[in-house]
Amino acid sequence: MRRRIPLRAPGVALRLDLRTVGVAAALVVVAMLAAGVAVVGVGVRLPPADIAEILTGGGRRADRFLLLDLRLPRISVGLLAGAAFGLSGAVFQSLSRNPLGSPDIIGFTTGSASGAVLAILVFGAGPGVAAGSAIAGGVLTAIVVYGLAALGGGGIRRIVLVGIGIAAMLVAVNSYLISRARLEEATAATVWLVGTLNGRTWEYARLLGLALLVLAVPLLLLGRRLRMLEMGDDVARALGVPVRWSRMALVGLAVAVCAVATAATGPVAFVALSAPQIARRLTGAAGLQLLPSALTGAVLLVLSDLLAQWLLAPAQLPVGVVTGAVGGAYLAWLLSLQWRKGTT
Amino acid sequence: MTRLAGTDLTLAYDRRVVATGLGVRIPDGSFTVIIGPNACGKSTLLRALSGLLAPRAGAVVLDGAAISSYRAKEVARRLGLLPQTAVAPEGISVADLVARGRYPHQKLLRQWTPEDEQQVAAALDATGVTDLADRAVDELSGGQRQRVWMAMALAQQTDILLLDEPTTYLDIAHQMDVLDLCADLNDAGRTLVAVLHDLNQAARYATHLIAMKDGAIVAEGEPGAVVTAELVRSVYGLACEVIPDPQTGTPLVVPAGRTARRATPAGG
Ligand SMILES: Nc1ncnc2c1ncn2[C@@H]1O[C@H](COP(=O)(O)OP(=O)(O)OP(=O)(O)O)[C@@H](O)[C@H]1O
Ligand SMILES: [Mg+2]
Repeated sequence: MRRRIPLRAPGVALRLDLRTVGVAAALVVVAMLAAGVAVVGVGVRLPPADIAEILTGGGRRADRFLLLDLRLPRISVGLLAGAAFGLSGAVFQSLSRNPLGSPDIIGFTTGSASGAVLAILVFGAGPGVAAGSAIAGGVLTAIVVYGLAALGGGGIRRIVLVGIGIAAMLVAVNSYLISRARLEEATAATVWLVGTLNGRTWEYARLLGLALLVLAVPLLLLGRRLRMLEMGDDVARALGVPVRWSRMALVGLAVAVCAVATAATGPVAFVALSAPQIARRLTGAAGLQLLPSALTGAVLLVLSDLLAQWLLAPAQLPVGVVTGAVGGAYLAWLLSLQWRKGTT
Repeated sequence: MTRLAGTDLTLAYDRRVVATGLGVRIPDGSFTVIIGPNACGKSTLLRALSGLLAPRAGAVVLDGAAISSYRAKEVARRLGLLPQTAVAPEGISVADLVARGRYPHQKLLRQWTPEDEQQVAAALDATGVTDLADRAVDELSGGQRQRVWMAMALAQQTDILLLDEPTTYLDIAHQMDVLDLCADLNDAGRTLVAVLHDLNQAARYATHLIAMKDGAIVAEGEPGAVVTAELVRSVYGLACEVIPDPQTGTPLVVPAGRTARRATPAGG
C-alpha cells in the first residue's frame, strides 16, 4: 500500500504520496550533483577553490569565461531543455496511451530540425532566425500530424502511426537538403540533425527559461485533467472534465514546450521518449506524472551531456549522439515489448 | 417538471443516425430501467442524457436548463454516469480509482478533504470492495472490477445516477447485490437510471420501465403494465409467456420452448 500524508491548512487540503515526493526530491538532488560535476568539468577541471573565487568576482579571465560564459549557460540550457522534453513526452504519451506517442518519435522534433535546416540553407538564416524557424517547423509538423490522423478518423491513437511516417519523411528531407548545400552552410545545418548543448549561450538559457515559465506552469496545472483523461473520454467527461478543451490546451502547450526546447538544443533524441517511463517506474505510480517526468528529463539530458564530454574529451561530442545510442537500445526493447503485447 | 428530460432528440454518430424525434422524461426519484435489444440505442441515449453526446437536434434539459449550457464539472456534481465499458489506468489501485470519483468536488488546492476521504470509504463499503482497496484494478476479476467502477460512481455523490449495464460480468448473487444497492440508493432519494438486459430483474426493481427498439421508445411506465408477452414479442422477436414472479408478483418472462418457438415464428 502506498503511504500518503494528508496536508491540511485553512483553504488547503491535499494528500502527498510519500514515494513520489521522495523520488522528486532525489531527482532534484541528482540534477544538482550532475550540474556540480559539470561545473567542475570532466575535461578541463576547475578546482572548487577557483570556482568560488570566480563566483565572487575574481579568478583568471580564461577561467571566468569557461565557467560563466560556457559552462553555466550550457548546464542551464541542459536542465531546462531536458525538463521540457520530459514534460512534453509525458503529455503526448499519456494522451495517446502509448509510450511511442512521444514527440521525438512522431516527428515533432524532426520537424523543428527541418524548419531550422530550411531557414539556414534556403534563406541563409543566422542562429536566431534558425531557432525561430525550428519552433515554427515543430508546430507545423504537429498540425500536419494531427490533421492527417484526424482525417483518417479513429482518434488520437492513429497519431503514433501517422507521426512515425511523417518523421521518416522529414529525416529524408533534412538529409536531402544538406546533401545539396555548400560546405560551410552544411556544417551549420548539420548541427540541427543531432541535438547538442555545445556553444549554448546565456541568451538561449534566458529565452528558454522565459518560454517555459509561460508554457510549463499552465501545463503542470493541467496535469490533473491529463490523469482523468487516462480513463477514457466518457469517464473523464462524466466526472466533469471538459474533454475537448482540455485536450486541445494540453496538446497546444506540449507542442510549444517541445518546439521551444528543440529550438534551443536541436532534436535531442529519446529524452522525451524515455524520461516519462523512467519516472513512472521510479514513482511506481499509475499513469504518467508530469513533474517527475520533467525532473527525470533534466537529469537525463545533463548526465548524457557529461557522458558525451567525457567519452571523447577534449573533443565535444553532441549530446544527441549519446541519447541516441542509449535511447535507441531502449526503443528496441520497448518495441519488442509492444510487439509481444500486440499493441503497436 | 422533471429534473432530467430530453425532447425531440436526434442522436447520431458521424454517419449513423441512431434515433430521431426521441422524447424521454426521467421521473424524479424513480428507479428507471431501460431495456431493449442490442444496438437499439440504450447506451447512446444514456450518453446523450449525461451530456457526453451532443444531440444533433433537440435538447437535454437538466434542472431547467440545457445540459450543454452547464460547465462540465457542474453537470458532474448533479449527475453521474457509469459507461458500459471503462478502462482503468494501468496499475491504479482500487482506492485511487474510486477517489477519482471525487474530482467534480475538488479544487486545485482542495483535493483531499475529510469529506472526500469519508465518501470514498463509504463508496468502497457500499459496494463491498473495502477489502480490495489496495489491489491493482487490472488484477481483479470482471465482477470485482464492475463493483469498483460502481464505487467510483457512488463516490461522485450525485442526485442522479445513470448506469449502463451495471450487472454485466456479475454472478447472480452479486447482480442482486448491485440491484439491491441501487434500490437502497433509490429509497434514500436518488434518481437512478440503469440499462439492464434481464427483463425479470428489470421488472422486479424498476419503478419506471422504458422499452426501446430501433432508437425509439416503444413502451414505458410501470413494469407490470409494460412487460407483456406481446411487448417481448414485438421488441425482441421472442415468443414467451409472462407469469407473476412467485417471489414478488412482478412479471416473469418465460421464453417459449424451442419447438414451440419454431412452430410459431415470432413477429417483429
Ligand atoms: N462510437 C460510435 N460510433 C459509431 N456508431 C456507434 C458508436 N457507438 C454506437 N454506435 C452505433 O449506434 C447504435 C446504437 O448503439 P448503442 O451502443 O446505443 O446500443 P445499445 O442499445 O447500448 O446496445 P448494447 O445492448 O449492445 O449495449 C448501434 O448501431 C451502434 O453500432
Ligand atoms: Mg449499450
